[in-house]
Amino acid sequence: MSVFFLRRILTLVATLVAASLIIFLVLDALPGNAAQMLMGADASPDAVHALTVKLGLDQPLTVRYLLWIRGMAVGDLGNSYVYGTPVAGLIAERLVLTIPLAIMSMLITVVLALAAGIYTAANHNKLGDVGVMSLTQIGIALPNFWFAILLILLFSVKLQLLSAGGFAGWDDGIWPGIRSLLLPAISLAVVQAAILARVTRSAVLEVLREDFVRTARAKGLGKREVLWRHVLRNAMIPVMTVMGLQFANLLAGTIVIENVFYLPGLGRLIFQSIANRDLIVVRNCVMLLAAMVVIVNFVVDVLYAFIDPRIKVANL
Amino acid sequence: MSAPLTASAGTAAIARPVTGFWRRALRHRSFVLGSVLSLFVLGAALLSLVWTPWSAYDIDVASKLHPPSASHWLGTDVLGRDIVSLLLVGARSTIMVGVIAVGIGLSFGVGLGLVAAARKGWTEELIMRMSDFTFAFPAVLSAIMLAAVAGPGMVTSITAIGIFQIPTFVRVTRGSANAIWAREFVLAARAAGKGSFRITIEHVLPNILSILIVQATIQFALAILAEAALSYLGLGTQPPQPSWGRMLNDAQTLLFQSPMLAVYPGAAIAIAVLGLNLLGDGLRDLLDPRLARER
Repeated sequence: MSVFFLRRILTLVATLVAASLIIFLVLDALPGNAAQMLMGADASPDAVHALTVKLGLDQPLTVRYLLWIRGMAVGDLGNSYVYGTPVAGLIAERLVLTIPLAIMSMLITVVLALAAGIYTAANHNKLGDVGVMSLTQIGIALPNFWFAILLILLFSVKLQLLSAGGFAGWDDGIWPGIRSLLLPAISLAVVQAAILARVTRSAVLEVLREDFVRTARAKGLGKREVLWRHVLRNAMIPVMTVMGLQFANLLAGTIVIENVFYLPGLGRLIFQSIANRDLIVVRNCVMLLAAMVVIVNFVVDVLYAFIDPRIKVANL
Repeated sequence: MSAPLTASAGTAAIARPVTGFWRRALRHRSFVLGSVLSLFVLGAALLSLVWTPWSAYDIDVASKLHPPSASHWLGTDVLGRDIVSLLLVGARSTIMVGVIAVGIGLSFGVGLGLVAAARKGWTEELIMRMSDFTFAFPAVLSAIMLAAVAGPGMVTSITAIGIFQIPTFVRVTRGSANAIWAREFVLAARAAGKGSFRITIEHVLPNILSILIVQATIQFALAILAEAALSYLGLGTQPPQPSWGRMLNDAQTLLFQSPMLAVYPGAAIAIAVLGLNLLGDGLRDLLDPRLARER
């Protein structure tokens, strides 16, 4: 274990602790008594007190915070204030939708973006480059949830090929599930791909200007070979940075898109819980999303060091 | 950067590059297109302050879901409100949220970025770590937390979007300010006895202004997208105040009956965002030719 990784892991832990503190303060300490909120203003003080004790809200803040952290470590997130069932179970049920959706849209994003980015860079300033770049400019301006509605209009209302919403589940095999996630994944991916394509294009163009590209060409390598063997690997650093940052957007996006397609994922759970004032569910969902963003960015950082060993030295 | 560094430079010297700027600007395709689109949206918002074809608030269920006609150019919605009027007033909500949110991001972000660049050391480290950290909370996530505690509304969405804007401005400001701090004229200013506060205000800030303007334009576009998403989710602007995101949410339940209702508000958002992005690209090329070449 080098100093580089040790430092990165320490930063990761510190970031997660800070995130948990802020989330706890905003969603547990700040609202005051969750029991009162659940029962309404005209509930009798005795009943409120009984519920307060039952939910464990009579304990001091620090104890509640530490109990929550310990619970996260052992997978016990407490019970939903409203349903009384374990929060961990509620979240797990929803993740079987949200995680495949996020992975599908990231895959579509990467394929579209790399194809468009490499194509345009290889055809710099030609008609194809200008055309694809104008398309990405429009893609960036599209709100993903509006694009989703347009897709529903086309594929569900006009062509009647795919359903306008809902989730088929994974019980009847993998295809019905993937089919119902297809439009949501595409609508998330197109906008992100437009951004990533532009990043890929400029990163590839940047590397194409480097001396070692000229050297590689001079030693007799073909244009295509140089592009795939030397340029891409070097162009991957900025592309991966943006991919890492996009992951946060993607998770935020799934929350919105799940609402467009009435998908019972994490996003819908959060909104139901807000409506029900089920703050313990909201708190754990938000923590999960924030943790996923932080961890993905950590992984990207560590991957840099594998792709480009120079970074490890520079960051010591 | 060859721009005059002190305010003592004569006005004539400043006036010449400005006319040069406009001559180049009018030939710059994305700047012109971006300006036209942005001014179009701004014009719509300003127009809604003094005039709308119909009231955007009066409900007239008898004339609901009318197709486009001479009196209702784009038809009416499910409550009988005129679509054009809703779009005009929606432009106002969007721009207001965007301006305030970017204002929050700009003032906190630039302030912190300047401090980080001026103080260096652990202050810089702390500010940068904090801004990295804020990135873990996309606007939707902070809006969810705020809405769960304080309820949804315009203030919630402005705060959430504003907070998410801060780290970007911190990074951009600190990065470009560090480059200025490394320049000889800053060394000269220091030798002349100026403190870091005066150097920041008199030398650093004026020299990174163009970069900040470009960034603010692009952030404005992002703020409009975020505002639309939050209003669509019901976390942002609340009815009866019209907003483009809300209109999309209303339209979604009527996709089979009146599909066009879902097209107009989205197109309005896309036009506003496209305009600002093109304007930002154009400004970047025009204000800092060095950056343009790097892209």
